[in-house]
Amino acid sequence: MAARRARREGPDGASAQAGAASTPAVSIRAVRRGDLREIVAIDAAVTGIEKRGYWHALFRRYGGGGDALRQFLVAEEGGAVVGFVIGEVRDWEFGSPPCGWVFGIDVRPDARQHGVGARLLAAICAGFRRAGVTKVRTMLARDNTLILSFFRSQGMMAGPFIPLEMDLER
Amino acid sequence: MKLQKNTRLALYSVLEFAMDPTRHVAAAEIATKYGVSPHHLAKVLSELARAGVVESVRGVGGGYRFAGNARRLTLMDVIRMFEELSGSDGERREPGERTPVGRALSAVLSEIDEIATATFSSITLATMLRLLERQQRQATTAARRSGRAEQAAARRAARRD
Repeated sequence: MAARRARREGPDGASAQAGAASTPAVSIRAVRRGDLREIVAIDAAVTGIEKRGYWHALFRRYGGGGDALRQFLVAEEGGAVVGFVIGEVRDWEFGSPPCGWVFGIDVRPDARQHGVGARLLAAICAGFRRAGVTKVRTMLARDNTLILSFFRSQGMMAGPFIPLEMDLER
Repeated sequence: MKLQKNTRLALYSVLEFAMDPTRHVAAAEIATKYGVSPHHLAKVLSELARAGVVESVRGVGGGYRFAGNARRLTLMDVIRMFEELSGSDGERREPGERTPVGRALSAVLSEIDEIATATFSSITLATMLRLLERQQRQATTAARRSGRAEQAAARRAARRD
């Protein structure tokens, strides 16, 4: 998901710039069930863990299409899925007025550096605007410099929330 | 978070050069703009040149120009040329650091350092330049709005008179 560690480069490479070297042949559309095999493969290639059940569950929840509140989009190039993005509008979470959350984005490693990630992010943000929200957030591991760089290059900055955690004693 | 003077100066300079990599910028221009002595700046520029981030151009119209890759070079890369962010110097021990209170305080300070490091490491010069552009656009828009509001107020006042 957004917090995942990319092996070498972010969705558009460590230094992705919005619109830089965009690939016109790439189209962005709502996910279809038939895309899941490629999505699972992209995720497994990046994270090293195959999570077939997880992605099918996400498809059931977010794969409806046509709903700007819950979006699961893919980037298609030459008939193949080369990237995906997932997000939703969350209302009053942590006391925040409704805003868009991107919780998953990735681009097939060999399709990076062509603006695919930037286009996926732009598409999901357009959906969030249609849903009436004016803010988009994400969260990722602080040592995930490459994906952090990608989101930074798209204009994201630190938000007003601080994630906290603790180990639960048994 | 406070960076040392040389580090800040290096970041100012590198960003000035990276704004237009084809332009030769005189050191005196940067020294004047940021209110520092040319002598002090020369040391910083010399270090940046040694690292290959900038290169000096001699002769008329000479100065320095950007020689790095703005899409790859991060703020952290530049900072590390001039200072160790606190916490990254594993050798130095502060008094009381090994006491229970010292260890608890160190844990909190490490948390802050890790966030600072993550932030500096994730921001490239290209991202900074885009942030600059955005801020300038916002300032221009705000000034335009303010100007229009002032003009409208002046027109209303004129009508009242």
